[in-house]
Amino acid sequence: MLLASLYNYWVVIALMMIGLYMVIAQGNLIKKIIGLNIFQTSVFIFYISAGKVDGGSAPILSEGESLYSNPLPHVLILTAIVVGIATTALALALVIRIQRAYGSVEEGDIQALAHERTEGSEQ
Amino acid sequence: MLTHLPILQVILPLVAAPSCLFLRRASLVWLFALAACLSALAVSVLLLQQVYAAGPISYTLGGWQAPWGIEYRIDLLNAWVLLIVSGLSSVVLAAAHTSVARELEGNRQILFYTLYLLCFAGLLGIVATGDVFNVFVFLEISSLATYALIALGRDRRALWAAFQYLIMGTIGATFILIGIGFLYMMTGTLNMADLAVRLPAVENSATVLAAFAFIFVGICLKLALFPLHQWLPNAYSFAPSIVTAFLAATATKVALYLLLRFTITVFGVEFSLASLPLETLLIGLGLIGVFVASAVAVYQVDIKRMFAYSSVAQIGYMVVGVGIGTVTALQATLLHLFNHALMKGGLFLALAGLVYRVGGSRIEDFRGLGVAMPWTMAAIVVGGVSLIGVPLTVGFVSKWYLIAAAMERELWWLALLVVLGSLLAVAYIWRLVEAAYFHAPADAGQPRGEAPLGLLLPTWLLIGANLYFGIDTCLPVEVTAAAAQFLLGGAQ
Repeated sequence: MLLASLYNYWVVIALMMIGLYMVIAQGNLIKKIIGLNIFQTSVFIFYISAGKVDGGSAPILSEGESLYSNPLPHVLILTAIVVGIATTALALALVIRIQRAYGSVEEGDIQALAHERTEGSEQ
Repeated sequence: MLTHLPILQVILPLVAAPSCLFLRRASLVWLFALAACLSALAVSVLLLQQVYAAGPISYTLGGWQAPWGIEYRIDLLNAWVLLIVSGLSSVVLAAAHTSVARELEGNRQILFYTLYLLCFAGLLGIVATGDVFNVFVFLEISSLATYALIALGRDRRALWAAFQYLIMGTIGATFILIGIGFLYMMTGTLNMADLAVRLPAVENSATVLAAFAFIFVGICLKLALFPLHQWLPNAYSFAPSIVTAFLAATATKVALYLLLRFTITVFGVEFSLASLPLETLLIGLGLIGVFVASAVAVYQVDIKRMFAYSSVAQIGYMVVGVGIGTVTALQATLLHLFNHALMKGGLFLALAGLVYRVGGSRIEDFRGLGVAMPWTMAAIVVGGVSLIGVPLTVGFVSKWYLIAAAMERELWWLALLVVLGSLLAVAYIWRLVEAAYFHAPADAGQPRGEAPLGLLLPTWLLIGANLYFGIDTCLPVEVTAAAAQFLLGGAQ
């Protein structure tokens, strides 16, 4: 019963793990960014879940309502979403430049090329 | 005016950053950014004076009272860190014009100064604020600017380093965000002072422990504490020289400040050091960091990379101080925070001079440098000697306090290991001395000469400070003693 009623937190945990796994396991940089996004989104859902009060209405002062949801986590998450978008935009911009410089967006290729340069120049 | 100092500290560079884009010429932008940095420095000097004389300052943003609105709270700890950050950023920015004009293309120079100020504002914001969510926002402001700054490096590996750091940094920042969420769920507040009051009531719950774990790991990622340091060597060695000097002198210091603020002020020493095995963890990881990173540094061919590994080692010493957790140990950490900023700021600026003249910072570029660039090389030697911790340099002062703190707790082995770690630093500094003074130049036809004055003066300002504060230790010792006392006193 307890497990079922807290299903939103299970969703958060599942998304968090999927996101983190993608960031670590995927070699494609774009997929890594998608993973990072899923990871961040899980935290957004976590905050919004925490702010919900059972039976509470939208936090707008109106007659006949005495119970409101907590608006603060929602406001915080608006900021965090903006931060997340900025991060994604910057990451995508970096990937474009990486693609131009290395000719690939696969982690393995890039690391091989970067390593080659290190080895070559150390002789 | 004076009552608004805490917010002026952050808002000045924050507003100056986009204003840079309106000025079209790089040298104008540089002057403007320098003026912004220097005024931030003036503000932080005034703040430290006020706090030292009259105790902590609380500033409520927009007049909203503390637990509800955002509060900026300046006590001795953050006033000290604010002074270090703004002081070092100003000196590094003063040197930036010459080096940036050589290393970056025309249109990117203006962007560089914008990013520099943004990063600077973010770092100051992290330190000044008393609100944990605000910490996250400023952390991301400074981090995003840092990623872009690193990506400005000429080598294409800079892009890859920036991307890797972006992934690690974002995971770290999101971990901190998760931790803050847990704290808010348990206490209903985001204000640091308020959290410190409310947390003891719920400190036995698993949620608070999880919050602590997430925040701790997140900060350690930013701090580059061993074994979470992998992003740092790449980021430091491929970023433009000035960016390396800036990051080495400020960014890790701010992360260390966060570690202190969270473990001591927010969670309290009793919770973080006594009820968890954090003491063992911090001392252990710190020491392993010192030895592993120093050993790796000895084998580096690129000297920028070598000093990057040495930074990881020095962070180890600071973390050991936090781990011991006594007043003397915290004082040692705070002293080393200041001293390491002076050393690495000076060293990386000297390397920027070398890159300016020679075009690289590899060990073979050092051959015969003692003759070709005597002042730059002397700066590197003095900085290196300070890094080792030889008496009459600042490095000695902080090591002395760290060893004294270990003795106080009767951790003799720890004191011994700190000394042994310093010996490893001798090994990698000696390589430079040997190459510079005992080898003939690799290529006699290479154009050589002293680094331009625009770089040399700021370098020697920092290196001179290494010697000055190594002899006249009054100011840093007094302030850090009071700050450490205040930190532990306030936590009990």
